[in-house]
Amino acid sequence: MPHRLRLTAQRLVALFLFGCLLFNFPLLAVFNRDGDLLGLPLLHAYIFGAWLLVIVLVAWTTERNPS
Amino acid sequence: MSSWGIVLAALGYLALLFFIAYKADRRADAGRSVINSPSVYALSLAVYCTTWTYYGSVGRAATSGINFLPVYLGPTLLFTLGGVVLQKIIRVVKANRITSIADFIASRYGKSHLIGGLVTVIAVIGIVPYIALQLKAVSSSFDLLARYPLLIPPLRDGSLSFLTDSALYVALALAAFTIVFGTRHLDATERHEGMVAAIAAESLVKLLAFLAVGIYVTYGIHNGFADVFNQARGEALLDALRVNRDSAASYGGWFSLTLLAMLAALLLPRQFQITVIENVNEDHLRRAMWMFPAYLFAINIFVLPITFSGVMEFGLGLDTDTFVLTLPMAHHLPWLALLVFLGGLAAATGMVIVETIALSTMVCNDLVMPVLLRLRPQWLQAKQDLTGLLLNIRRGAIVLILLLGYLYFRLAGEAYALVAIGLISFAAVVQFGPVLLGGLYWKGGTRPGALAGLIAGFGVWTYTLLLPSFAKSGWLSETFLTQGPWQIALLRPQQLLGLTGLDEITHCLIWSMLANMGAYIAVSLLRMPNAIEAEQAIRFVDNKQSLRPGNLRASAADLLPLASRFLGADKANEAFTRYAQERGVGDIEALPADADLTYFAETLLAGAIGSASARVMIATVTEEGAPVGIDEVLHILDEASQIRAYSHQLEEQSKDLERASLELRAANERLQELDRLKDDFISTVTHELRTPLTAIRAFAEILHSDPKADIEDRKRFLGIILVETERLSRLINQILDLAKLESGSGGWRIGPLDISDAVHAAINAISQLAQDKRVALEEALHGPFPIIQADGDRLIQVLINLLSNAVKFVPAETGRIKVEAFVSDKEIRVAVADNGPGIRPEDQEIIFEKFRQGGGNILTGKPEGTGLGLPISRQIVTHFGGRLWVESQLGQGATFFFTLPRTAEETAG
Repeated sequence: MPHRLRLTAQRLVALFLFGCLLFNFPLLAVFNRDGDLLGLPLLHAYIFGAWLLVIVLVAWTTERNPS
Repeated sequence: MSSWGIVLAALGYLALLFFIAYKADRRADAGRSVINSPSVYALSLAVYCTTWTYYGSVGRAATSGINFLPVYLGPTLLFTLGGVVLQKIIRVVKANRITSIADFIASRYGKSHLIGGLVTVIAVIGIVPYIALQLKAVSSSFDLLARYPLLIPPLRDGSLSFLTDSALYVALALAAFTIVFGTRHLDATERHEGMVAAIAAESLVKLLAFLAVGIYVTYGIHNGFADVFNQARGEALLDALRVNRDSAASYGGWFSLTLLAMLAALLLPRQFQITVIENVNEDHLRRAMWMFPAYLFAINIFVLPITFSGVMEFGLGLDTDTFVLTLPMAHHLPWLALLVFLGGLAAATGMVIVETIALSTMVCNDLVMPVLLRLRPQWLQAKQDLTGLLLNIRRGAIVLILLLGYLYFRLAGEAYALVAIGLISFAAVVQFGPVLLGGLYWKGGTRPGALAGLIAGFGVWTYTLLLPSFAKSGWLSETFLTQGPWQIALLRPQQLLGLTGLDEITHCLIWSMLANMGAYIAVSLLRMPNAIEAEQAIRFVDNKQSLRPGNLRASAADLLPLASRFLGADKANEAFTRYAQERGVGDIEALPADADLTYFAETLLAGAIGSASARVMIATVTEEGAPVGIDEVLHILDEASQIRAYSHQLEEQSKDLERASLELRAANERLQELDRLKDDFISTVTHELRTPLTAIRAFAEILHSDPKADIEDRKRFLGIILVETERLSRLINQILDLAKLESGSGGWRIGPLDISDAVHAAINAISQLAQDKRVALEEALHGPFPIIQADGDRLIQVLINLLSNAVKFVPAETGRIKVEAFVSDKEIRVAVADNGPGIRPEDQEIIFEKFRQGGGNILTGKPEGTGLGLPISRQIVTHFGGRLWVESQLGQGATFFFTLPRTAEETAG
């Protein structure tokens, strides 16, 4: 399924760009302030949350259509 | 806790590791690989997490807050691209049997020894201090744990003798382990199953140990995450958690750290070894792409709780790097502390083992072998079996690298140059990035370009990071940093050209990448890639074999002994036999001495000694000698002419295609025309059939609905029905007849025939009709006629048709019809002449078409008949090789001629 594979590759590149966006200025600056979320410092919660989101999305993309 | 107890635990752990590696190697030999699993592959990638992560993350978090994270976000981003970039690298490496990152870069830029050597030197300089850091971590954690329940690490000073230094024994033990599993045998693909299995196990151990202490600290000492952070907030520690103070530069630092880690996760020799060289199956990447980031995520979850807990417990007085160990010790949990120590040991040993294997391969293949080839070629030639030599070079390199690491550790001690080495190492290997990634996607890179890029990048790195780290350690004058060399402020190594406001890593990254990429691109663009660079570019960028495998040719008789010397006789024989089978040749001797065979041997050798050395070795046995000078030129010419021939071929093909499509179009038009004719024919036929049918039906309906009609009418109607039925059946018969003739299955009954007989028979048949109309019928046969082979009935049918047409059209009473027959050398000619109204010139051909009766009969309107008689007649005459046509002038009658060739007579004879 070369077409399918191309689609997966495109999704991964998109996820890469999405990750770059999440982990950098200016989104980072939005959360770089005092405050907390469920007892966790805001920035800490944001980074770990975004990180987990990227991992889950990659897992979902790659494991969805095993060859 | 007694030192011996800890030593025993450590030895027990190492023994377990030996056992796992040994088992895995045995199973691999038996063909049941344990590392052929995506999860094992993903776990082994976690060799990325060294003691620098295990102990150092907490230390970094304590001093620079959340800035410890980009080091792990970078690899996450890299592996998101794994299916694209890493996959390509893995494919190229497998296709070209690359053995290390130095081999990769050297091979890409024309199998250059110089580049391979340079990359190796950079890697060794960049990595040895990093190895030293691992030794330091193990030995200081050992020393710390040995003093339990005290929490004070022993002071290291110069007085410690080598013999009592735990770090030395750690180094030696690791060297032994690495030698046993890294250089057990030479493999043409440079893979180490046992080692990878052991590394995967180590990854599990360090993760579990770190999670154990994390869970204990978070839920044992405190009441969960929120509690830790709450207490930290109370102590005003949370400020450290911000990306430094909102300045734009700190976001730049964050970005450059992420980029640095992203590249390092690919370019560190150990990562390249595990990710690319040891990859068993590229499908494993798919799992690793999320599982490796998930591992990094898991090992970082408890970093901040441990950091805050440690700071609250000890303040910043105690070495923050030791919090992972000192927290369980302070809470009197020696077993947990021992587990933490073993986890740290796992982190250190994993890194050291893989890194030294990768470096020793590079040192052997890209540094020592090329030097030996250059300086002592005779000595190498004389040696029969070189496998032992190769393995010993690698063993020596392993011991040397570890001892270098130990030496650096002894010299540096607690100096800045060792503590900060993590990121400095990263920045060193990142210098491979432009030439590696550029070489993977850009065909224009050349050997001088790559050399220039590497030298420039490495130079800037040395100047802006390495030398300053020496200065900060007190090994160089401080003024070098603060005032610049020779008091030139613009040359201050960490504010180069007055660039300030950046952290040192970002500063180095900006300048070194600028120099590296700039030199690489600019020098590459100075000239076209030469033949071998272009050839390798095709192999790497398109991941294709080039048009031909190379310009060297050697016979199997020369190549097999050569390969045996480096790989061992058994392995070489096995590989050659397999290759011979693939090419469908019975045995090795029968292999043709061609470029393919030579290329095969070269890649085989490349697996053992690196591509650059392999090329030199092959050149020693090839018929043409070293591939330089005129050969290169010929090679280029050859390649160019092949490309030209190929494009010429393409042109021809496209012309052919054009021609074919034109023919197809014509054929299609004819088909459409025929289709239209068929439709016309069918509509005409149905029309012709409907006319008599309508009459029959009309009269039959009248008879049916009016039973009282008188007998005369009935008779008259039935008469019409009869006539129309006859016409209908005649029409159908003729259509069938025509169809038969046209399809070529006429059912011919060929026999000897005298044309005069046929004429008489036809005149007899028509005479009654002529008498009815009182038309004069004459015949004039200018015989005698030769007997020909023909179907008499069919010819009579033609004559009757012509005669009945004539009778139809001539005027009653005065009508005259004359049948004449002549014979010439070639043919018999028959003419049927009448004195009817004649046929207009434009109708003279139309009347031979189906259902197209002559419209010329002005007097009688539409003529009787079916309109099929003449077409059928013409079909018959044509079948016998003759012609049928009409000559006529309006008002002066018409004469139908047909001819029969006398060839029919000859074939009859």
